[in-house]
Amino acid sequence: MHVPDGFINAPVSAATGVLAAGAIAVSLRGARRELDERTAPLAGLVAAFIFAVQMLNFPVAAGTSGHLLGGALAAILVGPFTGVLCVSVVLLMQGILFADGGLTALGVNITDMAIVTTVVGYAVFRGLVKVLPRRRRSITVASFVAALLSVPGAAVAFTLIYAVGGTTDVSIGKVATAMIGVHVLIGIGEAAITGLTVGAVIAVRPDLVYGARGLEQKLKLRVNGELVDAPPSGPAPVAARTSRRALWITGLVTSLVLAGFVSFYASSNPDGLEKVAHDKGIDSRAKKHASDGSPLAGYGVKDVADARLSGGLAGVIGVGVTVVAGSTVFWVVRRRRTTDASPVGTGV
Amino acid sequence: MGAGHAHRLYRHGHSPVHALPPHTKLAAAFAFVVVVVSTPREAVWAFGLYAVLLAVVAQLARVPAGFLLKRLLIEVPFVAFAVLMPFVAEGARVDVLGLSLSVNGLWGAWNVLAKGTLGVAASVLLASTTELRELLLGLQRLRLPPLLVQIASFMIRYGDVITDEMRRMRIARESRGFEARGVRHWGVLAKSAGALFIRSYERGERVHLAMVSRGYAGSMPVIDEVTASRAQWSYALTLPLAALVVCLLGWTL
Repeated sequence: MHVPDGFINAPVSAATGVLAAGAIAVSLRGARRELDERTAPLAGLVAAFIFAVQMLNFPVAAGTSGHLLGGALAAILVGPFTGVLCVSVVLLMQGILFADGGLTALGVNITDMAIVTTVVGYAVFRGLVKVLPRRRRSITVASFVAALLSVPGAAVAFTLIYAVGGTTDVSIGKVATAMIGVHVLIGIGEAAITGLTVGAVIAVRPDLVYGARGLEQKLKLRVNGELVDAPPSGPAPVAARTSRRALWITGLVTSLVLAGFVSFYASSNPDGLEKVAHDKGIDSRAKKHASDGSPLAGYGVKDVADARLSGGLAGVIGVGVTVVAGSTVFWVVRRRRTTDASPVGTGV
Repeated sequence: MGAGHAHRLYRHGHSPVHALPPHTKLAAAFAFVVVVVSTPREAVWAFGLYAVLLAVVAQLARVPAGFLLKRLLIEVPFVAFAVLMPFVAEGARVDVLGLSLSVNGLWGAWNVLAKGTLGVAASVLLASTTELRELLLGLQRLRLPPLLVQIASFMIRYGDVITDEMRRMRIARESRGFEARGVRHWGVLAKSAGALFIRSYERGERVHLAMVSRGYAGSMPVIDEVTASRAQWSYALTLPLAALVVCLLGWTL
């Protein structure tokens, strides 16, 4: 699913880039809380693990095989913030070193493969763990479902990005059907492997599975033949409640300005395009999009009459939707994290 | 990846392109791709000129064409996708060799193929003329957060170690007669992945302890700060500026 250069237009690439940068900034702070000063080596090694495990092919049926995306797996094993960081770093390195995924499409790739898979996977996982009985088996089941939903989730995110800024003229319906259909299948494989992997880790080192931290039994001491709760060791975690509003507002304003500017710059495009379209008599596009149901698909069209306005609108709406969606999801996850009061690793 | 042996992606050399500071090369490659992406797809000749520009860079960097073309193979999945596009896209249709193809689909396929290929070629040139360590320094110099650079550098340094562990586990599995043939064998593969995770995580803990015992307190000392003179910047930015001229011509013509 690595998107190459030129597949998504410039304003939307820029907007997703801003979104990805914002999410990475939040994750950097979050990962410091999850891992404190051990962040660099541990997240680095986990990123190397994700990189390696993406090469682990599992046979699906005769002759075909799939490989893990690893977003949900990373989120469950090391926590959502570290997970986003690890997968983003893997994607960044794949883009720069292996030319796998375009440089300008990095934002798109990080948004749908690192952020969406991890956040969807972890949100589903947390929800299920809260509902299911507190046993090890439920962790495995929850990871299965989380991974199962995370992959089609990424496909949906990709389809949305494509609907706003796709450069090719394949209808949204076809893209959605193809992407989501294929990725439901991939999701099944991903889910099975993720569930089994988490199960295998839980069997050996349950303390390493971030998602299973709430499950450990309280240490009990037998004092005079009675079971008593052991006194808590180590200081209670202090919930860091720094205001993130300034960050959000800055990010939002920057991205809106950027998208407006970039799409303005890019929207001289339709004039030339329109000319060619008229010349070649392939002007049937506007009609086709008019019949398209989704309003966003309409906004994304560069070739409608008022091209400049439409381009700018598409950029701004794209940024608005993605930033709002992204911040809501992060807000929810953060709320969940802070109310969770699970012990934070104390470091060495 | 210790000193002395470079990664297989890197091609050792002493060309003027190799000698450029890494952050100028990163900026140039990125700016080049941005310019390519914002070129109108109807300006077919512009993409030809871009390819010529990249060929000149490859020539300057003494990267042989065969090496470059082999690395371009990573793009093959998208070629398959692009080939499908004329068949599924909407809009007016045209008959080519008896097949009914969509005009917009053909343009779309050309768009993705041309821009994608140029992007891949630019990244390949960047990776083959810049050492990994230099790339990371360049990223840091370009204001990527230091923590992210550290994570990336650990991933790069231990990537081969972890991959080798995975390879050893595969050899261990195979020497016991295991062959993954279908869904029934997923459990074994997943157990390997789990074991790999535990090994990686524990290695990370050991690495951290080793770092702490050598005085690590949360940030890495930068001992080889890279700087670029104005001449080097302008030399590196020749590529995107030339591309920009082509792009502007593409818009106006």
